[in-house]
Amino acid sequence: MNFKNILHEIEKADPEIYDRIDSRRKVMHRFKDLGGKLALTAIPLALGSMLNKAYSQTPPPAIVDILNFALTLEYLESEFYSTALGVPGFISDPAELPAFTLIQQHEADHVNFLTTTITSLGGTPVTSPEFDFTGKGTFPNVFSNYQVFLALAQTFEDTGIRAYKGQVTGLMSNKTVLTAALQIHSVEGRHAAHVRYIRRKTGASTDEKPWINGNDTNGIGKPVESTYAGEDNVVQLGIAVPTLPGVSNGVATEAFDEPLSMDDVNAIISQYIV
Amino acid sequence: MKVLRKRTTLSYGSPIKRRDFLTYVAASVSIVTVAAACTKNDSSNNGIDLGSGDIGILNYSYALAQLEAAFYTQVINTPYSSLTGDELSFITDIKGHEIAHREFLKAALSTSAIPPLEFDFTSINFANRSNVLNIAKTFGDTAVSAYNGAGQLLTSADYLLIAGKIVSVEARHVAYIRDLISYGSFADSTAVDSNGLDMQQKPTDVLATLDPYIKSKLDPSHLPTL
Repeated sequence: MNFKNILHEIEKADPEIYDRIDSRRKVMHRFKDLGGKLALTAIPLALGSMLNKAYSQTPPPAIVDILNFALTLEYLESEFYSTALGVPGFISDPAELPAFTLIQQHEADHVNFLTTTITSLGGTPVTSPEFDFTGKGTFPNVFSNYQVFLALAQTFEDTGIRAYKGQVTGLMSNKTVLTAALQIHSVEGRHAAHVRYIRRKTGASTDEKPWINGNDTNGIGKPVESTYAGEDNVVQLGIAVPTLPGVSNGVATEAFDEPLSMDDVNAIISQYIV
Repeated sequence: MKVLRKRTTLSYGSPIKRRDFLTYVAASVSIVTVAAACTKNDSSNNGIDLGSGDIGILNYSYALAQLEAAFYTQVINTPYSSLTGDELSFITDIKGHEIAHREFLKAALSTSAIPPLEFDFTSINFANRSNVLNIAKTFGDTAVSAYNGAGQLLTSADYLLIAGKIVSVEARHVAYIRDLISYGSFADSTAVDSNGLDMQQKPTDVLATLDPYIKSKLDPSHLPTL
């Protein structure tokens, strides 16, 4: 098998082949590397996947779709916090102003990171929807009543954690993207814990904890119930966790955060999209 | 055996070659023995074998959960004097979550589970709040980075989802612990980078950080790598 001849034939058919993939030198180099590692029979397969990369009309659709879904969530969170921070004196607690500034910075970082990642995969980042953080009138004083703002902050963070968790298995084919998604996911976990701790300390919810007990909305109520639906699951890999030594039902619900499907998350955030 | 006899016959009259052959046989036997030993979770000279593949990663998680459960059990058994109120209530919760993780992973691993590990907390002054919370922070941040780094090593979607269900709870724990140490440090720049990403580490780095606190010798050499 003569790869130079094969490449030469492709060059004749498509002079722009090296614009689509790597330079000829890089291609030859890649095959040199591959040749040492792959069985001879596997080389046509490698060539095929390279040509797929060059001519495929669509980038890996599932991964880009998932990242665009995540990007929309990050747009929502980023704009939510930047709006609150933009209202003079609204976040008046001197301990929390830097905390929400930091959280907003992370959400903006996630927007940038996801935009770059989607582009590098050959996808097109979605643009930001127009948001209505009153939830179409449900929370009319979201940016004038601090407790309402905290309630929605908690809801968005807990929703974000569940949204990423629901998508991790769809990212398994790209280890780099999977790892980055996990790294964003745990940052949302840190944010949620802090916001929940503020609500506990400020008396918004006297039984509130940094973690989720059962499917409790901690007093926020019906408009956010769908964010907590299913959080009371206690069966993991077919094992009923409360039957294990020393584990109560409440602890079993708190010890595992649960995923939400893309459809469920879209239904939740659609309340806040114009 | 026919083949062996033929080989030795061919070597006959050349004692050195014959000895080489016997050495080769002996070496093969010992390699087989070592390989067989490695597939067990028993203690050997290399330590407790965590195993390979997804089972290895689950055992690695089980080791982390055992460490955290043992640590928080000790914190609650010998509380520092100001461990009261919400702080006592929340740290008791964390202890409960870690026990839940430990018992769940043990049950999920079933006969593939490593044995209960021994820990060394002699360097920790459990009467000193700052000391206890800083160890809790190290364990928590390390656990988050461990799960974040291990996700890509798993081949089972079910196990990856379980890892995801645990890691966000670990992140909640350490955010709270960090806020107790220094309010507002729940996700500061020592935890989250300039892309807004949390830490991720590979198993050997995680185990090196935790090694001073784990008395049992662990052998992570068969864990999957990238």
